[in-house]
Amino acid sequence: MEIVETKNIPNLIVFSETLQALAENDRDIIVVTSDSRGSGKLVPFGEKYPDQIVEVGIAEQNLVGLSAGMASMGKKVFAVSPACFLTARSLEQIKNDVAYSDNPVKLIGISAGVSYGALGSTHHSLHDFAALRAIHNVTVVAPCDNFETTEAIKAAAKADHPIYIRFGKKGLPTLNRSHDPVFNLGKGRVIRKGADLTFVGTGETVWPCVEAAKLLSENHGIEACVISMHTVKPLDDKLMLGTASNGAPIITVEEHSVHGGLGEAIASLLFQNSCRNKFKIIGLPDEYTITGSQLEIFDHYGITDKDLADVAKEMVADV
Amino acid sequence: MTIQELKLKSVRYRKNILKYIYHAKAGHTGGSLSCVDILNVLYNKVMHVSPENFSSQDRDRYIQSKGHSVEALYVVLADQGFFPEEDLLTLCRYDSHYIGHPTKKVHGIEQNTGGLGHGLALCAGTAIAAKKDDLPVRVFTVLGDGEMAEGSNWEAMMLASHYKLDNLCAILDYNKQQITGANADVIGLEPLRDKLEAFGWSVKETDGNDVESLANTLEHLPFTAGKPSFVIAHTTKGKGISFMEGVLKWHHGVPSPELYEQAMSELDQAEQSLLMENIPA
Repeated sequence: MEIVETKNIPNLIVFSETLQALAENDRDIIVVTSDSRGSGKLVPFGEKYPDQIVEVGIAEQNLVGLSAGMASMGKKVFAVSPACFLTARSLEQIKNDVAYSDNPVKLIGISAGVSYGALGSTHHSLHDFAALRAIHNVTVVAPCDNFETTEAIKAAAKADHPIYIRFGKKGLPTLNRSHDPVFNLGKGRVIRKGADLTFVGTGETVWPCVEAAKLLSENHGIEACVISMHTVKPLDDKLMLGTASNGAPIITVEEHSVHGGLGEAIASLLFQNSCRNKFKIIGLPDEYTITGSQLEIFDHYGITDKDLADVAKEMVADV
Repeated sequence: MTIQELKLKSVRYRKNILKYIYHAKAGHTGGSLSCVDILNVLYNKVMHVSPENFSSQDRDRYIQSKGHSVEALYVVLADQGFFPEEDLLTLCRYDSHYIGHPTKKVHGIEQNTGGLGHGLALCAGTAIAAKKDDLPVRVFTVLGDGEMAEGSNWEAMMLASHYKLDNLCAILDYNKQQITGANADVIGLEPLRDKLEAFGWSVKETDGNDVESLANTLEHLPFTAGKPSFVIAHTTKGKGISFMEGVLKWHHGVPSPELYEQAMSELDQAEQSLLMENIPA
């Protein structure tokens, strides 16, 4: 079964609970918020560990600069802010104070992608993979479910170098762990096996990939592999090159601009390694998106199980 | 260290700033000359930081926000014994660690800076972490006046007073010039003291090129318990070289051989007169 848990808890809640568990035994765990403790579901954290939360007000540059200073003193700092502001307003602080100075801040981009769908493009983060991929010394992570979120937060707490983790606020099922029971940064996880084509998703787009694979199997006898490429950078080259070696089509799916994200990262890897699989990047096109709920936006731009299955079917038929 | 010794160090630091900028054919001459007395007093009189305690969590921290005046910092760090002064012959050369802005690759430097408006937030984070761990650490930064236009500085100013970071001291190298011209013409800072006090800082003003005034000002920190301290250090850009003082082109000007000789001879004379004063009667 591709879906093993259907309580559909948002990653945001799991993030907050994981941090509370970590903070219980480690007073160096510090959360820094920019008037974002409510949005980050961190009110319980603040009540339980008032000495381990620092509020900076609506000042994202300060959020990141301050976090870098605290990290330099040995604190395990989680800087939490909506992904749209964290990775744009404070991009220079991420580049200089966190990445260049190698202060191991854990940058947590909440309500990422088009989670804030109806609030419009000011609140969307469809640039964050691209911006951070081009900055040296930041690991970029988008967990696909509660399991990956918990593990990513635990890994971040231990990380000696900067890391960015982004997730949304929608409730998500927990996906199959039988093929890859362990989460390691930089190592993609196979959620479903299949030889006819491969979906590579990241973050909240892995679920529609899994659903599309089920449709393809049930209705068309097409068996798709689904990979959760939770770590967008550094990319799991080995897994991707191994996957591409069967020559089957590859479809990448991300809640990000089609420019500069997971799809282009994989395309670059494959092309430079002489892989010539049929290849399609699915994401948000180069425009200010229509607005609506996250799922309505996904639907509008073809990030649904049915649309993905249709694209896959055509690519498989065409091989 | 006596005031007389500090004065002598300032002259020798200025000679080295010029020497290495002249050798590299690059550097921020005017700003390094305006802020070097501040660094002199910080490292020789105020801060508890040295090559010996640099790996200790208890050391005082210095983060240079006006990163471009790095030549002054290099010269002072070399004098403190963080690295051999000859290393500075590689300043701005291919693959040297001694580049045009501070980086942690150079022993003694806490943070990579150079983008303006970054130092104060880094300092505030360092200071707040020190307070959480009850460490006796004090955190210092030197700001440029041009970078006071960066909004990030004012974000950090708000935060530092909100959290009563009285272990934080910012010193403004107020030479009143930036690359385009006078601050007052580019974007006015005044009334600066009122603004800083309105942001909740305890403020003192001093002659930032007078080591005695600086030493007296920085002798007792914080200025007010429960408030971060701010020193408006009135300085002269290009201080110590007659033809550079207050002249805009020396922001990052490198002297010709003739002007280099002239500048060094002025500093030699200053050094000689200080040495003469030092001879016991």
